[in-house]
Amino acid sequence: MQNEMQKNMLKYLEAGLRRDGRKKDEWRRISVEKGVSANAEGSARVKIGETEVLVGVKMIVDKPYPDRPDEGTLMVGAELLPMSSPDFETGPPGIWAIEIARVVDRGIRESGALDNKALCIKAGEHVWIISIDIVTINDAGNLLDASALGTLAAIEDTRFPAFDGEAIDYKTKTDKRIKMNKHPISVTVWKIGKHLLVDPTSDEEEAAEARLTVASIEDGKLCAMQKGGEEPLDMKDIQKMVDMALENAAKIRKNL
Amino acid sequence: MVYEKRLDGRKFDELRPIEARAGIIKRADGSGYFRIGKSSAYAAVYGPRELYPRFLQNPTKGVLRCHYNMMPFSSVGGRVRPGGSRRSKEISMVTNKALLSVMELDDFTNAVIDVFIELDQTDAGTRCAGISAASIALADAGIVMKDLVSAVAIGVVDNSVVADLNYDEEAYDKGDVADIPFAVIPSTGKISLLQMDGIITKEQLNEAMELAQKKCGEINRIQRAALKDKFKAGENHAE
Amino acid sequence: MAKLLVKERQVVVPGEELAEGMEYLPGFGAYRMDDHVRAKRLGIVNISGRAIKIIPLSGRYNPKTDDAIIGKVIDITLNGWRIDTNSAYTSLLSLKDGTTEYVQKGADLTRYYKIGDYVAVTIVNVTSQKLIDVSAKGPGLGKLSEGRIVRVNASKVPRIIGKGGSMISLIKEATNCRIMVGQNGIIWISGEPKKESIAAQAIGLIEEKAHLSGLTDEISRFLKEKVK
Repeated sequence: MQNEMQKNMLKYLEAGLRRDGRKKDEWRRISVEKGVSANAEGSARVKIGETEVLVGVKMIVDKPYPDRPDEGTLMVGAELLPMSSPDFETGPPGIWAIEIARVVDRGIRESGALDNKALCIKAGEHVWIISIDIVTINDAGNLLDASALGTLAAIEDTRFPAFDGEAIDYKTKTDKRIKMNKHPISVTVWKIGKHLLVDPTSDEEEAAEARLTVASIEDGKLCAMQKGGEEPLDMKDIQKMVDMALENAAKIRKNL
Repeated sequence: MVYEKRLDGRKFDELRPIEARAGIIKRADGSGYFRIGKSSAYAAVYGPRELYPRFLQNPTKGVLRCHYNMMPFSSVGGRVRPGGSRRSKEISMVTNKALLSVMELDDFTNAVIDVFIELDQTDAGTRCAGISAASIALADAGIVMKDLVSAVAIGVVDNSVVADLNYDEEAYDKGDVADIPFAVIPSTGKISLLQMDGIITKEQLNEAMELAQKKCGEINRIQRAALKDKFKAGENHAE
Repeated sequence: MAKLLVKERQVVVPGEELAEGMEYLPGFGAYRMDDHVRAKRLGIVNISGRAIKIIPLSGRYNPKTDDAIIGKVIDITLNGWRIDTNSAYTSLLSLKDGTTEYVQKGADLTRYYKIGDYVAVTIVNVTSQKLIDVSAKGPGLGKLSEGRIVRVNASKVPRIIGKGGSMISLIKEATNCRIMVGQNGIIWISGEPKKESIAAQAIGLIEEKAHLSGLTDEISRFLKEKVK
C-alpha cells in the first residue's frame, strides 16, 4: 500500500464496498463455452467479467517415461499474449505465465482426476500426452482462476483423434473422451489490508499484498495450494482463506 | 482432370462465411476479430506508445509493428510450439507492409503502434484474415488511416481460379494448386500484399487480381459494418 | 453534381465516402481523393456549410500545449519528476514548476510527489519531437489525494465535460463529489464512497454512449435514480 489511490481502496473496503460495487465474495459474471476452436481436440473459452482466456487441448502420442511405461501424462503451458494487456510483452513466458501453468497443472494432477493408465496405448511404446495450452485474450484480473476453470472445461470437451499405431490422424476425431473422476476447482483468495476477497480486478490485484490459491475437489478436500504476493500470512489468515476458497469453489463448480 | 466442383461445394467466386467484430478486447486501444470459414484471427492495437529500445525510434514519424502468431492449438496438424518461427516472422513483415501505406504516422514521432494478431484456429488464408482483423483493430484504435485494408487469398486449383482457398483445396492432390494472397486498398484498388506459390499463367494472374478486387470489396463492407455495429448497442435507450 | 453521402452525426469509418463532387471540403479527420471526400478515422460526421469533419470516437491522447491533464509520477530525477501523460510520451515536471516552495539542492523530492502519485498539471510546452514540459502551479493543480482515478478514452472527454461544463456539473451536484477531468482521459473523483461509485458509474455511462444524443437527460435520470 503505497500511494493515495490504494489507500482509498482500503477506505472503501472498510465501508464493505469494492470499487465496482461487488461484495468481497462476489464474482463477476462467469461464462464457460466449450468447443470454441475447430482444430483443437478440446477447447473452452472462459469469461469472468471482462477477463477472457482460451484453453486448447492437443492430443500427442509419445514414448512413456521408462519408470512409468504404462502411463500417459498431462502438460500445461500458459501464454500471456501481448494482445491481452499493455503490461504483457512478446518473448518467452515470464514468471507469471509459468506460475499460472504450474498451479493449474498441479491442481489437476494432484487431484487424481485423471487416470494416467487410461492414457496408455501400448505399454513401453505409445502413450497419450494431454497437451494443454492456456492463452489470454483480455486480462482484467483473476487470470489464474479463469485458466484453471478453462482447463477443466477443455479437457471435458476433448475427443481423442484417431491413431493407427504409427501416426495421429488429426482430421478424424473419435468418440473417445478423457475420463475425469473428479473436478478440481481453483479459487484464489486475495488479501488487501485485512480484507479478503475473490475474483479481483486488475486494480485490486495490484493493491493486494498476498494471495492464496486453493484447488479443491467435490468432497471439500484440498489438492493443491500456492501462496503468492510479497507479504507473509499468519495461520488465521490461511484458515480463513481456505474456508473462503472452499465456499467459493462450490459456487464455481456449478458453471461446468 | 479439371477442377469443376469445389470440395466444399462453394461457387468458384464464393467466400466462406465471414464473421467480423470490433472492440472485443477491452484492455487494448483498439481490437478486431475476423473469421472466414474456420480461419479466425484476433487483432489488438496498442499505441501510439513509447518505443524502446531507443534505436528503434524514428524521429520523423511513428513506427508500425505487426506481430503474427498462431495459438498452440490452432493448427490442423499437431501442436504449434510457441515462440514464433521464420514463417510467422515473414508474415508479420508482409502484414506490416500491407497496412502501412494507408496509415498517417507523422504526428507520432518516436512512438510505436503495436498490432498483435493471434490465430485461434486456422484453415488456410490466415495471413489475410489477420490483415482484415488488424484493419478493424487499427480503425477502432482511432488511428488515422485512409482506408480499411481488406485481404483474401485467391487460388488456382487445377486451372480454375477460385476465391478464398481452404486447407483441403490447398492440399488438393489431383492437380496443380497455386495460392495467391492479396491485400487490397478498396478506395484506390491498389494491392498492398501479393505473394504467390504454385504455377500459374499470366492470364490466370489477371483473373485472380480481378477476383481479389471484387472479393475485397465484399470484405470491406463487412469490416465497415463490424465497426459501426460497435456503436449500435444502446442506441434504442437514448433518443 | 455535388452530393452529400452521409448524414449529420452518422458514425463513419476510414475510407468511407462522405461526399461526391468538388463542392464539399474535407475538414478534420477527412481527406479528398479525386472526386470524393472520405473519412480517415472512425468518428461522427459533423457538417458545417461545405466543410465535413469527423469527431473522433476513439484514439489515444495526443498532448497539446495548455491542456490540463492528470498524470502519474513514474520517476524522480535530479531535475524533477517524470510524469506519465497517458499518451505515447512522458513529460517532465521540473523543480521550479512542481511547487511554489523553494526546493534546495539535494532535498528529498518525495516530500512533494512520490512515485505512483497522481498530479493535476497543465502542459506548458510540446516540442516537435514531443518533449513535454508540464507545470503543477495554478488553481486546482497539484497532487491529488484520496479519491479514485477513472480512465476513459480521451476522445470522450468533451462529452463528459459537456457544453460549458454542464455534464460534469450535473454529476458534481448530484453526488457531492469533487471531480477533475484531465484532457488525457484520466479523471479524479473524490467524495463519500457510495457517491463516488455513482459518479464513476455515470462517467462510465457517458463514455459508453458518447456517440448518442439526448445524453444529458439520460444521465440526469440515472443520477436521480441512484442518489436517493
